[in-house]
Amino acid sequence: MSMATTTVQPVERENYLNKHYGVGSWLFTTDHKRIALLYLISITFFFFIGGFFALLIRLELLTPAGDLVQADTYNKLFTMHGQVMIFFFLIPSIPAVLGNFLVPMMVGAKDLAFPRINLLSWYLYIIAGIMMLHCMLTGGVDTGWTFYTPFSTAFSNTKVIEAGLAIFVSGFSSILTGLNFVVTIHRMRAPGMTWSRLPLFIWAHYATSIIQILGTPVIAITLVLVVAERALHLGIFDPKLGGDPLLFQHLFWFYSHPAVYIMILPSMGVVTEIIACFSRKRIFGYTFVALSSIAIAVFGFLVWAHHMFVAGISVYAALVFSLLSYAVAVPSAVKVFNWTATLYKGSIHYDAPMLYAFGFLGLFTMGGLTGLFLSALGVDVHVHDTYFVIAHFHYIMVGGALMGYLGGMHFWWPKISGKLYPEGWARLAALIVFIGFNLTFFPQFILGYLGMPRRYYQYPPEFQVLNVLSTAGATVLAVGYLLPMIYFLWSMRYGKPAPDNPWNAAGLEWKTSSPPPTFNFDEEPVVTWEAYNYDELDAQTNKEEVPVAR
Amino acid sequence: MHDSSVAVHGETHNPALLHHFATEEQQRDASSLGMWIFLGTEVMFFGGLFCAYLIYRLKYFGDFGAASKSIDATLGATNTAVLICSSLTVVLAIWAAQTARRALLISMLVLTMLFGLAFLGIKGVEYNQKFEEHHVPGASFSFDHVPIPGHPDQYANPRHAEIFFALYFIMTGLHALHMIVGLGIFTWLLVMAWKGRFTPEYHTPLEIGGLYWHFVDIIWIYLFPLLYLIDRHP
Repeated sequence: MSMATTTVQPVERENYLNKHYGVGSWLFTTDHKRIALLYLISITFFFFIGGFFALLIRLELLTPAGDLVQADTYNKLFTMHGQVMIFFFLIPSIPAVLGNFLVPMMVGAKDLAFPRINLLSWYLYIIAGIMMLHCMLTGGVDTGWTFYTPFSTAFSNTKVIEAGLAIFVSGFSSILTGLNFVVTIHRMRAPGMTWSRLPLFIWAHYATSIIQILGTPVIAITLVLVVAERALHLGIFDPKLGGDPLLFQHLFWFYSHPAVYIMILPSMGVVTEIIACFSRKRIFGYTFVALSSIAIAVFGFLVWAHHMFVAGISVYAALVFSLLSYAVAVPSAVKVFNWTATLYKGSIHYDAPMLYAFGFLGLFTMGGLTGLFLSALGVDVHVHDTYFVIAHFHYIMVGGALMGYLGGMHFWWPKISGKLYPEGWARLAALIVFIGFNLTFFPQFILGYLGMPRRYYQYPPEFQVLNVLSTAGATVLAVGYLLPMIYFLWSMRYGKPAPDNPWNAAGLEWKTSSPPPTFNFDEEPVVTWEAYNYDELDAQTNKEEVPVAR
Repeated sequence: MHDSSVAVHGETHNPALLHHFATEEQQRDASSLGMWIFLGTEVMFFGGLFCAYLIYRLKYFGDFGAASKSIDATLGATNTAVLICSSLTVVLAIWAAQTARRALLISMLVLTMLFGLAFLGIKGVEYNQKFEEHHVPGASFSFDHVPIPGHPDQYANPRHAEIFFALYFIMTGLHALHMIVGLGIFTWLLVMAWKGRFTPEYHTPLEIGGLYWHFVDIIWIYLFPLLYLIDRHP
């Protein structure tokens, strides 16, 4: 406990950032914190590439006519936007950056169970990224991120094989991260860190890892089949040769629906940590929040065919999948209600991470509720493949996953970098992101409901007003994303040194120095307290009258 | 990090104990759990193929029977026996390490690898047969006028038989790839055993390498009946 109150020392102590210098000390590191930073740089790079494609899409849709790009180019733009954002940004975002950095520290370990495999997973990601970049620079791919057969295997004239192999390789990076987390959470917990004392961030990552481990191999083998079929002209998915294109869709969505939970579950974990800290309260219904993560992972595997309601599956199958899709809403709602109940009578602080968490709460709820529209068989037939679907999943993936990621980056930035970010700018950026996001995607709900289909580069003139609003919102959103990158970089050089625990937060990661030493803790932690003991923390702080940097 | 790892654990440090583990038992448990989870991912990886096989076997029942019958079951059965023997030698190798019999350990590892190579060799013979019979999917594929078992008046649809052979080559090909990876792992284990790294107290690499080898065997135990034996009744 006494470590939590240590003030900043004048001489910088040895930590994971300054222990070794030079490119080699980074490229061959096995320190989970350094690998997290390698991931941070790489996924930020791909985020801006994916964002660049989004920008071109929104620019094209500014006017009803197809004027900026032609149909072929537009097909490539939305395909590569989706593939880059999903496989190279969202899937690795929170697990590979914040998870990598925090999972060992939160359970009180010196490192992940397999540090070299952790580094290998980053190299796999980089190899996949280079393959994807090469694919994009030499012509790109136009199948949609879903690779639907037989278009992808028999008709498309673009680089399907290369994109497929890139995503195949990136999948193994994701599998290895998940494997590492599960073993670490099972076998590397510090003495006294029981399952019921684990931060809910850990439970969320545990559930995520299960999906990564069990789901990703299926997309891998599916892509092997697609690549083999395209390269060797086999007939596995091609109806002309006796194959079954619906089989492809089943196999594809068996991974790609749970993949949504790979993106959102870690974000839920981040938001749980933030809400508890900035309400200064124990999380309401710890067990329910923990088990709802597992429930989402389990149910998530049983709902894939709701992407195929209009693809020709049997009515009875569709009924069951519709019902199961409703069932996923239950554990998700449990989380939302428990977060709200945690806020109730809490001592709420409106710092930047909390603003992102509030944004998450509202946007995720919107995304979740519109998901229920889509799991209803009748409504889905009407809005299938329209902008309603686009708006729905962006509310989950951008409004949910990305808000959580940004909130988490702000919350743990003092720990990661050892510097404080400028709070005023951060609150402004959070506000800009929230406004820009809603301006971009809310009009798309209306567009979709009015019948504007997705994946078209031109549209009837009556849709223009809403599309202009959406493009304007995307511009605002871009400012909101550039700001944090600028002030995070600024703070690394000019920011005030961060104390060990600037938020006076619970959790083992705050009981070591900022930035932490290479092996995380100077002495092995022994846990004797329950998770989120904010009542005890605050009682102690008031007694000792320690100033809290806020 | 390598230089500092020794200092953390002091004098009783086992060189195989990595810096971030508290005890050897914790390290062994973690390694073994890691391999089990990896095998879980492998089950899902092959699971996609088994799923595709199941769908098309039901859809093109007779065609699959006819295509399956064209494969040499004797070679498949021999390979099954070879792999089961190799699993036995893996178990004996672990037992040899546990009881500190270094010579036996080395010979069992060599024997396992020989069985593995024999498997791949027989597989090569089988692939060659299929190539000569024009049963490799692609431009030169032909499966004309092959009667469906039990229906001598009906011929199998070559398109549907081609799907069988596509699955046959992908499934056995991926399995063979896993065998090759296994041979790589066992080469490394052999080098470690030669250097005398394994003791009754420490032989985790043998155990998790063995787990992998057994898993590859089990995949074959499922592949063999599905691909070779589905229509062998007289």
